Amino acid sequence: MALELPNFALLAPQIVIALAALVLMTAGAFARERWRQWNYVVAQLAVIVATLLTVFTSGDPRVQTTFGGIFLVDWITLVVQLFIYLSVFAALIYGRFYLIERGLERAEYYALVLLSLLGMQILTVANHLLLFYLGLELMSLALYALVAFDRNHALRAEAGMKYFVLGALASGLILYGLSLIYGATATLSLPEISSVAALRPGDERVFGFGLAFLVAGIAFKFGAVPFHMWVADVYHGAPTPVTLLLASAPKLAAFALAFRLLVFGFFEYAHYWQPMLMVVAVASIVLGNLAAIAQKNLKRMLAYSGISHVGFILLGLAVGVVEGNHQLALNAYSATLFYAIVYAVMSLASFGLILLMARSGFEAEWLDDVKGLNQKSPWFAAMLLITMFSLAGVPFFVGFFAKLAVLQAVVAAGYLWVAVLAVVMSLIGAFYYLRVVKLAYFDEPTERQPLIASSETRVLLSGNALALALFGLMPQGLMSLAAYAMIASL
Amino acid sequence: MNEWLSLAQGWLGPAWPVVWNVLKIIVLLVPLLLAVAYLTYAERKIIGYMQVRIGPNRVGPKGWLQPIADALKLLFKEVIVPSQANKVLYFVGPAMALAPSLLVWAAVPVNDGWVIADLDAGLLFVMAVISLEVYGVIIAGWASNSKYAFLGAMRASAQMISYEVAMGFGLICVLLVSGTLNLSEIVRQQGTGWFADHGLSFLSWNWLPLLPIAVVYFISGVAETNRAPFDLPEGESEIVAGHMVEYSGMAFALFFLAEYANMILVSFLTSILFFGGWLSPVAFLPDGLHWLLIKASVFLFLYLWIRATFPRFRYDHVMRLGWKVFVPITIVWLLVVAVWMLTPLSIWR
Amino acid sequence: MDVVSFVFTLFAFFLLLGALGTVFSRNPVAAAMWLVLTFFSAGGVWLLLQAEFLALTLVLVYVGAVMVLFLFVVMMLDLNLAKLREGFWHNAPLALLVGGALAIELYLMLTSPAFHRAAAPAVAGSNTKMIGEVLYTVYAYPFEVAAMILVVAMIAAVTLTHRKRSDVRVVKPEEQIAVKASERLKVVSLPAEKE
Repeated sequence: MALELPNFALLAPQIVIALAALVLMTAGAFARERWRQWNYVVAQLAVIVATLLTVFTSGDPRVQTTFGGIFLVDWITLVVQLFIYLSVFAALIYGRFYLIERGLERAEYYALVLLSLLGMQILTVANHLLLFYLGLELMSLALYALVAFDRNHALRAEAGMKYFVLGALASGLILYGLSLIYGATATLSLPEISSVAALRPGDERVFGFGLAFLVAGIAFKFGAVPFHMWVADVYHGAPTPVTLLLASAPKLAAFALAFRLLVFGFFEYAHYWQPMLMVVAVASIVLGNLAAIAQKNLKRMLAYSGISHVGFILLGLAVGVVEGNHQLALNAYSATLFYAIVYAVMSLASFGLILLMARSGFEAEWLDDVKGLNQKSPWFAAMLLITMFSLAGVPFFVGFFAKLAVLQAVVAAGYLWVAVLAVVMSLIGAFYYLRVVKLAYFDEPTERQPLIASSETRVLLSGNALALALFGLMPQGLMSLAAYAMIASL
Repeated sequence: MNEWLSLAQGWLGPAWPVVWNVLKIIVLLVPLLLAVAYLTYAERKIIGYMQVRIGPNRVGPKGWLQPIADALKLLFKEVIVPSQANKVLYFVGPAMALAPSLLVWAAVPVNDGWVIADLDAGLLFVMAVISLEVYGVIIAGWASNSKYAFLGAMRASAQMISYEVAMGFGLICVLLVSGTLNLSEIVRQQGTGWFADHGLSFLSWNWLPLLPIAVVYFISGVAETNRAPFDLPEGESEIVAGHMVEYSGMAFALFFLAEYANMILVSFLTSILFFGGWLSPVAFLPDGLHWLLIKASVFLFLYLWIRATFPRFRYDHVMRLGWKVFVPITIVWLLVVAVWMLTPLSIWR
Repeated sequence: MDVVSFVFTLFAFFLLLGALGTVFSRNPVAAAMWLVLTFFSAGGVWLLLQAEFLALTLVLVYVGAVMVLFLFVVMMLDLNLAKLREGFWHNAPLALLVGGALAIELYLMLTSPAFHRAAAPAVAGSNTKMIGEVLYTVYAYPFEVAAMILVVAMIAAVTLTHRKRSDVRVVKPEEQIAVKASERLKVVSLPAEKE
């Protein structure tokens, strides 16, 4: 067996992140108290360096593989990874002040964030079922710990426990599904699975079982109905910086996971998984929007809104192939990628605004806490307005174009009734987003503490929200990036 | 000899392999159990002399029959079962303590080719079976339904698991330099090298390049067998006799047997893995079983010497030594050896 | 029956016995011990399949380490057995339904042709060595990722449970060693008192 030395250049971003996490832990054990502020700097530097390395090492040639083909870097990897880095970068900036005030800013926090980032990186480059599972576990395990990080707080610990137990169940489902698929195809490598021409009659049944478990597991990690039970409790229970992280980067990583597995690996078997995804997607859109109306807690409301957005992402994945015809696949998948990116950016802005309003002893997580934001800070009230309009899909904000692109694909695939249902649900959903705007502009504030936040948070948050408006006016750039990534990779 | 064997083989037919293996087991176990008995005698005598006492000298000439008398006494004593104990597990405990310490001898070679099962994964087998030894202790401690016993069992199992980590890393170093898991092969490997070619084979044994590992391995072995100065699980002054406190008669004797059999095992393994097993230290003397016995006896003497010399550790010190000293040492030396093997200076080609 | 199938039957019997014992025993410690028997017998079955590395690792890792820690926890907990069994009969119909469905599914699956293929012939040679070679070459990357997962588990466990207790006095050797004489002893000259 001739051993080819792997291409470490492709691995460089991951090595940087892993090393930074280990350095943080080692230094955290020995360093003195006054060195603590450097944790944040090291973590951010690692993210920036990884971003630069990713840009310089990938993209040319369009598809590169190493480690005997189990490691794959293409344009989808590049685009998804860049937005993951952006999300983590923003999450670290937004969350820092909150963590310092609550005495949670420790080396372990940054190490765990970096390690979950490592898991997400692995999910975007995996081309082998084993690697998907390992990446998923790495990401999830770090996130479980982050949710319960403020362990003396009962709500946090409870959320962490729920997330952990249900997440372990989902991992079990995925692992079982993978083992069945291995049993049917006798390989774990995605390209080999996709090239298995025809399964024998008995194997097909085993394969179908495996796929069902796999889709259930993916839906779980996304937090889609009927595997959504953990979402609201975890979003509510986790410290807001962790919720912010949970709602943005892992969704992109989960998109990469679902896309690679289902489209790259099991494209030929689309007639198996598309109906499953369709059911999950429609249920998520309906339940997410209806349940969000009843919420009084802003974080819970955003959790349910997240479920409905995930429904749209899965909807896009479910309409790629129509009766064996691949013509529309490219369009549908690039719309989905666009939606996933837009949702991650919108999540950053919405939870970033909650963090902006929060301060020591005040979480700003109830709807009432938003009241009268306009009187305190007209600028950030406007930012809240932009974010909420974009989430609701009000025309000429970027969220609108994301929904439009996915719905176009759905209509093109011939599922008119699904598109109509999704539009109706979005209109119902607009109610609770607009309620937040109404509270901010037309109600009297319940308390008059001024906003306190670091200048970098203010600048980045403004940029984040303005980007939603800007991309709304000029969505072509981002859209064509998504489309190009798809063309270059498929 | 060979004619006798073939005669027996023809006479017994298909049952022959079973009979042959049982014979091998008997030939190994009887001397082992005798050695255990006389190890207790040696312990009392040696420690006696070290403390300027005489030791047992009444039963038989110079007290030579003392271990026999002890064994008889234990046999005839009543086995008392505490009324609140879990009756089944109470008796499973001592059996679980003794079984692995006898089972492990299946893979231990005592001379070139003299081994019951010459396993390819012998080292793994030894590690796996040694890791079972903790069950006897933990089950006995829990089933006795007594605070002392339970505390002793907790101490013992935590200690055994901790030191197993260091031992495991040490064994990985040995595995790395010899490139095989077969214990006989590991010994044969130690008979090769520059020094062995020049007649000084004891300098070619593993102990020299793996000196830190050999030291850590033996000390971990002492801790693993719960012997002084790591005998906190049975620390008389605090928890009477730990997991054995509720046992009497033969049940107690089984723990005793297991403990001493384990001491002998650790001495044998140290000799085999690091000190060339049955190989002769210099070229002009023949190899043979006697070398292994001499080497093992030296380590057994060391066991007793240590017991007579050092005071007992404090429990947190035991844990600190295991996790914060031994584990890092073995990991670092593992790295050193791995790098060493890849450089041109490697002595294991 | 040849020796191999006799040994297999023996291990398989104890495997099933152990599994049943784990499920049916009322005492959690006894259940854990049954589970130990199950693992051990499974190791034996694997050994018969010439997977000696996996078999011994199963015993070493699961029996030697995981189950011991499990026993630790179970023994330390003061479990109320009566309370645990409460509601057993209430849930029994549902459990039977799920169990029955699973059994039927298993039957369907196992009778499908997918499970009727000849076993791959065992490869000659030390499979410890072969696993090692594949693990450190082809699967080097997943292997390292698995190591990172263990790091995360360790960091998470320590972060979530380690508490500094303020009510315990601890000896800190590094501080004791670092002490200088001047910090502990101060020689002052007192003016002699006049009587």
